[in-house]
Amino acid sequence: MKLNFEVDGDEFILAGEASSQVKKILKQLGVSSEIIRRIAIAMYEAEINMVIHANGGKIEVEITPKKVYIVLKDTGPGIPDIDLAMQEGYSTASEEVRELGFGAGMGLPNMKKYSDDLKITSEVGKGTTVEITVYI
Amino acid sequence: MTVKDMVEKLGLSIIAGKEGVDKEITTGYVGDLLSWVMANAKAGAVWITIQSHVNIIAVASLINLSCIIVAEGATIDKETIVKANEEKIPLLSTNKNSYEIIKELIEIGIK
Repeated sequence: MKLNFEVDGDEFILAGEASSQVKKILKQLGVSSEIIRRIAIAMYEAEINMVIHANGGKIEVEITPKKVYIVLKDTGPGIPDIDLAMQEGYSTASEEVRELGFGAGMGLPNMKKYSDDLKITSEVGKGTTVEITVYI
Repeated sequence: MTVKDMVEKLGLSIIAGKEGVDKEITTGYVGDLLSWVMANAKAGAVWITIQSHVNIIAVASLINLSCIIVAEGATIDKETIVKANEEKIPLLSTNKNSYEIIKELIEIGIK
């Protein structure tokens, strides 16, 4: 099964909508709640990052009996130093966004922790692609 | 204990999400940084926070929290109320601070 989502960067209100839909579908498919939790956390963090940093983007989700594979593509500013961005507590989020409880520098670490495989490719000025795999 | 029982015992105001008040509360979690809440709050927990914007509903819904208590009488956005009703996440309010409300939760047996 393949699902596609467009994430609107201006609609902060809708951030998390794609993750919520994926969660509902996985529940209908009978995937265990622990696996759903991991996918929901990793995907939500990635989706929020798209809205906060990259003015939205596109998400593709592939669900097979063995795994859930999520690709999040944006055309935002890119990540200059991925190793640095992966460090807990490191954040480039604005003060405004931090006041809302985001930008704690836990987004990428959470994606890493809750996925089985995480791949980030990024080019400054061009955008970022995040690939999340969770085995069912 | 259900959300409804807790609301009655502590005299909290139900702002939205009334349809979800029969959910069982398993434990509690306090925090205002959403990534920490996502990663650490357990399913069925009552979440105490001073955040009141719409994304708290997405967080609560994604990790199956039983309800949210917005502490310190923080003003709650309209979008948050609409979303809480949609997702059936009880959204509760208190003028007490997080510490005071947690103390009361422990007193009524939420561990």
